[in-house]
Amino acid sequence: MMTLRKVLSRFGVHATAILFGSIWLIPTLGILITSFRDSAAIAQSGWWTVLPKLFSGGQYSLENYIGVLTQHGFSRSFLNSLLISVPATGISTFIASFAAYGFAWMKFTGRRSLFMLLVALMIIPIQMTLIPVLPLYSRLGLHGTFPGIWLAHTAYGLPLTTYLMHNYMSGIPKDIFDSAAIDGAGPLKTFSRIVIPISVPAIASVFIFQFLWIWNDLLVALVYLGGKDDVIPLTVTLSNMVSDMGRSWELLTAGAFVSMLLPLVVFFALQRYFVRGILAGSLKG
Amino acid sequence: MLHAGRWKPWLFVGPALLLITFFLVYPTAATIVRSFFGKGRDLFGPNVEFVGLQNWRYVFTNNVMLSALRNNALWVALFTTFTVGIGLVLAVLLDKVKYERIIKSIVFIPSAVSAVGISVIWKFIYTYRPIGANQIGLLNAIVVGFGGEPIGWLIQRPWVNNIALIIVGIWMWTGFCMVILSAAYKNIPKPLLEAARIDGAGEWKVFRKITLPLLAPTAAVVATTMVVQVLKMFAIVYVMTNGNYDTEVIANRMYKEAFNFGNYGRASAIAVVLLLLILPFMIVNIRRFVSQEGAR
Repeated sequence: MMTLRKVLSRFGVHATAILFGSIWLIPTLGILITSFRDSAAIAQSGWWTVLPKLFSGGQYSLENYIGVLTQHGFSRSFLNSLLISVPATGISTFIASFAAYGFAWMKFTGRRSLFMLLVALMIIPIQMTLIPVLPLYSRLGLHGTFPGIWLAHTAYGLPLTTYLMHNYMSGIPKDIFDSAAIDGAGPLKTFSRIVIPISVPAIASVFIFQFLWIWNDLLVALVYLGGKDDVIPLTVTLSNMVSDMGRSWELLTAGAFVSMLLPLVVFFALQRYFVRGILAGSLKG
Repeated sequence: MLHAGRWKPWLFVGPALLLITFFLVYPTAATIVRSFFGKGRDLFGPNVEFVGLQNWRYVFTNNVMLSALRNNALWVALFTTFTVGIGLVLAVLLDKVKYERIIKSIVFIPSAVSAVGISVIWKFIYTYRPIGANQIGLLNAIVVGFGGEPIGWLIQRPWVNNIALIIVGIWMWTGFCMVILSAAYKNIPKPLLEAARIDGAGEWKVFRKITLPLLAPTAAVVATTMVVQVLKMFAIVYVMTNGNYDTEVIANRMYKEAFNFGNYGRASAIAVVLLLLILPFMIVNIRRFVSQEGAR
């Protein structure tokens, strides 16, 4: 038999859980619904007024999405976001896995202090680095280019990605390396044939983590791409739209969803790896 | 540890070290030096002279900078308390319900999307229309529904608008804290909690006397991560108010001084302030790393 007190406390638990669930769901639901309504309807009534007749047709259209994609540069920016994030994530994961292996398993002078430098740099504010790099970028012709932003993102991500992979790789049993050495495998062969295959779960986590970070970045893109339409990613296009057309909610909500689409897909498909990355990064670091 | 010769290790760590030197180490040093020089962009270029502490005087006496420092303090206090606090409550509470995974996913989603997108979501929630007009922002619709007058959430200074922005930050980062704290909570051996309950301890007492002390180390790590995050917070303020109406924060001010006004010396000094605020946490990280190394 449940006492009244227990029933009440069960009720409290459910009520609190659902309250928090709603606070986190409703804002997103609001812009999702709004993004399918036409501008006159949005200006006239709140999005929640459609709730009683949520599934009746005629009140939704894809017009706002077609609008942002064809007239406001969101399709070009979507492509740019991909052209920035995918190579940058690839390069940084590649370089970081080499470095992580070096730091985890190779003997060289300064290994410990260099790794400590890396740990310190994990949380350095990017703001500290922008002003001196910018003139160098102009001189090297890297400002406003994809290779320029790939390099910047790679470098900014390296401390954390190297650290995360180092933690994983240093847990590989030493016997594996000993038997590889007996078989006559050099460091490069050991790395590519043994370390990389074993580290696939860690590499996947780091890749997803880094990909989302770069896709969602605003500051680095603003500074190094200089606002040129043919290179700017979705975050910059959307934030420009907020300042230029702050009341056009039909476009802003559709644009926001276009910018969030891929992260949401990645999130729901690969949540496990994403969580693993976060846990590895924060519990230890 | 493996011996791989003299130069082979550098083949592995070299590319990473080169990039880090170019993009992080050199610029950090140059920015510190730069904070004592004047306006121009290029430190070695024309029209950049040594100005001593002039930029630093600006940082600690200018009204906008002082309000940015005050706002950052408010961000640190509220943001850290609520992200970690709500994260902790959800981690423990959701463990008790069957639909745990659904709610956790919902709260966690904002960690995967951009601050720019989230700013649009919340700008819409905070939308203000004059009295008498139909409120299309959810929050003002609720206020008016209860007979109140619509509030300019992002305009009314200094408390309403700053807290409105901080709520957006909390909404964005609580899921991150919850996921980490939840993993730690699930690591607590359940028999320990059961034994306390059998001994007659109520849920609240179990939470306070057992759960909380066991989660405290994780909560401390999460809290420091949040403090570092919030000190660097840029995008939410940049998109939602751009620091207008007394909502300026250090990171946004640094961007404005440098890239809107061309005051590269001042902007460098502001960046160094950010570094100095984060420095203690760097030291904590290194200490933790050293003690882990020692334990291995």
